[in-house]
Amino acid sequence: MNGGDEVVTAPAGPPQPLDWKFSQVFGERTAGEEVQEVDIISAIEFDKTGDHLATGDRGGRAVLFERTDTKDHDALRRDLERTDHSINRHPEFRYKTEFQSHEPEFDYLKSLEIDEKINKIRWCQTANRALFLLSTNDKTIKFWKVQEKKVKKISEMNLDPPKAVGNGRVASSSNSNSPTLCLANGGSSGNDFSFPPGGLPSLRLPVVTSQETNLVARCRRVYAHAHDYHINSISNNSDGETFISADDLRINLWNLEISNQSFNIVDVKPANMEDLTEVITSAEFHPTHCNMLAYSSSKGSIRLIDLRQSALCDSHAKLFEEPEAPGSRSFFTEIIASISDIKFAKDGRYMLSRDYMALKLWDINMDSGPVSTFQVHEYLRPKLCDLYENDSIFDKFECCLSGDGLRVATGSYSNLFRIFGCAPGSTEATTLEASKNPMRRQVQTPSRPSRSLSSITRVVRRGAETSGVDANGNSFDFTTKLLHLAWHPTENSIACAAANSLYMYYA
Amino acid sequence: MAMIDEPLYPIAVLIDELKNEDIQLRLNSIRRLSTIARALGEERTRKELIPFLSENNDDDDEVLLAMAEELGVFIPYVGGVQYANVLLPPLETLCTVEETCVREKAVESLCRIGAQMMEQDLVESFIPLVKRLAAGEWFTARVSSCGLFHIAYPSAPEALKTELRAIYSQLCQDDMPMVRRSAATNLGNFAATVEAPHLKVDIMSMFDDLTQDDQDSVRLLAVEGCAALGKLLEPQDCAAHILPVIVNFSQDKSWRVRYMVANQLYELCEAVGPEPTRSDLVPAYVRLLRDNEAEVRIAAAGKVTKFCRILNPELAIQHILPCVKELSTDSSQHVRSALASVIMGMAPVLGKDATIEQLLPIFLSLLKDEFPDVRLNIISKLDQVNQVIGIDLLSQSLLPAIVELAEDRHWRVRLAIIEYIPLLASQLGVGFFDDKLGALCMQWLKDKVYSIRDAAANNVKRLAEEFGPDWAMQHIVPQVLDMINNPHYLHRMTILHSISLLAPVMGSDITCSKLLPVVINASKDRVPNIKFNVAKVLQSLIPIVDQSVVEKKIRPCLVELSEDSDVDVRFFASQALESSNQVMMS
Repeated sequence: MNGGDEVVTAPAGPPQPLDWKFSQVFGERTAGEEVQEVDIISAIEFDKTGDHLATGDRGGRAVLFERTDTKDHDALRRDLERTDHSINRHPEFRYKTEFQSHEPEFDYLKSLEIDEKINKIRWCQTANRALFLLSTNDKTIKFWKVQEKKVKKISEMNLDPPKAVGNGRVASSSNSNSPTLCLANGGSSGNDFSFPPGGLPSLRLPVVTSQETNLVARCRRVYAHAHDYHINSISNNSDGETFISADDLRINLWNLEISNQSFNIVDVKPANMEDLTEVITSAEFHPTHCNMLAYSSSKGSIRLIDLRQSALCDSHAKLFEEPEAPGSRSFFTEIIASISDIKFAKDGRYMLSRDYMALKLWDINMDSGPVSTFQVHEYLRPKLCDLYENDSIFDKFECCLSGDGLRVATGSYSNLFRIFGCAPGSTEATTLEASKNPMRRQVQTPSRPSRSLSSITRVVRRGAETSGVDANGNSFDFTTKLLHLAWHPTENSIACAAANSLYMYYA
Repeated sequence: MAMIDEPLYPIAVLIDELKNEDIQLRLNSIRRLSTIARALGEERTRKELIPFLSENNDDDDEVLLAMAEELGVFIPYVGGVQYANVLLPPLETLCTVEETCVREKAVESLCRIGAQMMEQDLVESFIPLVKRLAAGEWFTARVSSCGLFHIAYPSAPEALKTELRAIYSQLCQDDMPMVRRSAATNLGNFAATVEAPHLKVDIMSMFDDLTQDDQDSVRLLAVEGCAALGKLLEPQDCAAHILPVIVNFSQDKSWRVRYMVANQLYELCEAVGPEPTRSDLVPAYVRLLRDNEAEVRIAAAGKVTKFCRILNPELAIQHILPCVKELSTDSSQHVRSALASVIMGMAPVLGKDATIEQLLPIFLSLLKDEFPDVRLNIISKLDQVNQVIGIDLLSQSLLPAIVELAEDRHWRVRLAIIEYIPLLASQLGVGFFDDKLGALCMQWLKDKVYSIRDAAANNVKRLAEEFGPDWAMQHIVPQVLDMINNPHYLHRMTILHSISLLAPVMGSDITCSKLLPVVINASKDRVPNIKFNVAKVLQSLIPIVDQSVVEKKIRPCLVELSEDSDVDVRFFASQALESSNQVMMS
């Protein structure tokens, strides 16, 4: 049955709904274990090939995973055949390495504490098997290189090791003019040695033996002091040499090689801060057009800008906005319209946005409104007041698209996430729980929230059991929210973060 | 562990430290690689050291960078040019590393070695290396390969040449924009080595690919290629192939490409020759001067003089001058500032009449610009206009502009104008200066900001140099010396500083009669800082004045200061005394 689901490119009709299965979990909580704040995952990102996955957490750490099912494929094939696992291959990852990307800091000029929390991680172009990534907290972006290094064992020194180290420092730290460096037959000018023409046979080079390798992460560059407000996004350009960073009011353009200057390309800061009505919430470069980027705002609009037009792109090339339904305006309208995340589809034609209530898919050639809307939180509409009281209404849910652009996904409360088919005619809509048994929730959740959704999309539901229904429909737990998730670039595989645990699913 | 003779000890340490834990020590050893090589001898360098370096190439980037640089000059240490090819393997690996600066250095070193290699070796080892890099799995290798073709190509046999051109053409269409950028950057160098018939066919088609690239960043670099290629082609080919590209680029959708054209236009004009410049590039340039994007106008405005120089005056007046007029009231201050920094140079091009009639009003309006940089830029180039029309026409507007800048609330602006005062003085002449600017120079000596006072002291000296001691005696020295009684000790210190600067210019007599008494007097100041500065100034006066004066006046004063209650005063006084002793001895 899994094999059938793989055929998503069948020309006739919308693709079949996927059957999602649990694949892996990293950092699973044991019963009763309390989650440490610093361990909560705050960013997830697959690299372009899908062979690597990175997560960042509130403690400023970046954790890297690597795919195992493709790499060891040849070696394992025989085993697989023997154990009859043959075709059921799906992306599997293993822990690769981790490093401390950011530390808590204190800005003495502004008397501000800067959290170490990783806001975003983006992979850069791989070169020579060394991995490169950008990570950012609220203020500082860092460029990391993760590389295997040989563990060196040095033997055959000219001098005994302890002696060599002790005296070596003395000899080397003094420069060549030092008398200790003059050989007996050396030039008395002291500037250099002179040697017999055949060289000195007694000298030998150190012999280095190394079998083991060790992964080392090194911070290659730090892009700092360019943002007055909190950085919410970073995004690489397809040209391979630049990237943008966006905070609440400005977007800056950087060259990866140059860390001491950046260009401000968007500035929405009004002359008088009291006139401020709209902030930037997310920004992303177009996947193939190096001159185009999109940014979203707290008012629910997306602006597409063309870097070719002008150096300062305060005026957008295109504005994507959904006209407000008349008469529906309330105190919460603007808050729930705020876009928390935007993503381009791989082909660059479509953009996905997430606001508090829904996912919206936009065609960049159509700015009059989204081509599809997928309700995620419509059932919460009556509870907006409570959500406002406990600040949940400001939660920033991320969204993602599948590599083939046929499906979209986003997170919700109670560690749930939802997947929708966005191909024309598709009614696919799946709710999964980030746990080892992703379908469990369908059994237990009250039917009420689902029913409100079923008017728009078909809900995959298994079994008719409705036991355990809270009479008030309050079974949604606002403290367990699934904010971060990512779709594998080439396969139907999703990685999502439930607090400190990373769950992976495949279909 | 071998026993090492005592004299070999330092070199042994140097070798061992090639693999030390401490990166500084490794760097130190790598920087002295030539010493190690000579200690090992040529043969062991070839057989042991170079392979050793090839194997240990996963070091930190700083070490690799140093290694790439050292290897570039290593030919003598491996036994001369006939062994140069042993240096290629380590550099080849360095050409593939991730860090751009290491790769660039490795390419540079390879070019340097390749340029010395014998033809046979080039064919046998250098060209295969270039081909390997160009076919590299990672983009880093392919990026590096682009920079080596111009060394490899000339010595290749005919068949290989065809292959190399084909490979380069592939690189121009690589999937990775980084590779295409590198191919675009190096196209000019490579083209210079390619024979004329292939130039017109193969290279031009590569060039066409690059000029139509999707990535702005690649097209940008192709602009630079225009000039380089244009110079290689026959004029008629250039007009046929390069000119349309330039004109296209000047209307590119991307402002960055147009900016590049504006920056390069002068070189491009040189490449296509005078006739097409007049017919095609003048309209293109006029468009750039009127571009929507301020950055493009800034670049274009900055080239206005250079561009006019290659035109005849009529064309300049007819086409360029109207744009210049518009730019002088541009909404962007940076455009006006760029224009102001070059516009004075147009005067000699246009000749006296046109300058007075057309340019002068523009100068005057820029002199009244609200943005200080614009005014400063005009003033800084005053000498150029003076040669054409004389300063008289400008002087009336000049003065208010100078006075305003002199009193600007930003000290950096004041500093900038002070630095132009000697130039102004020489252009305007003594008379004008005495009347209007003299007072300003004194005023700066009392500025609130130290940098201004310091610059003012220097200015006083430069004026004295410009107009001579007699003039200075009349117009500067008395005023300066008056200020020694200023109640603020920092201002008194400025005066002491001015005196020490003026003394060498004024000569021994005036120093003894006028300056020295003031300094001696200041040694009685109640502020220790003044006193030890007196000691310093006195020390600086010793070589200027007569020996007898040192004995009679300076030394007694210093002796007194050396018994001061303040430790710093005693220190500088005794230092000054010591130096006076030395002078006497010699």
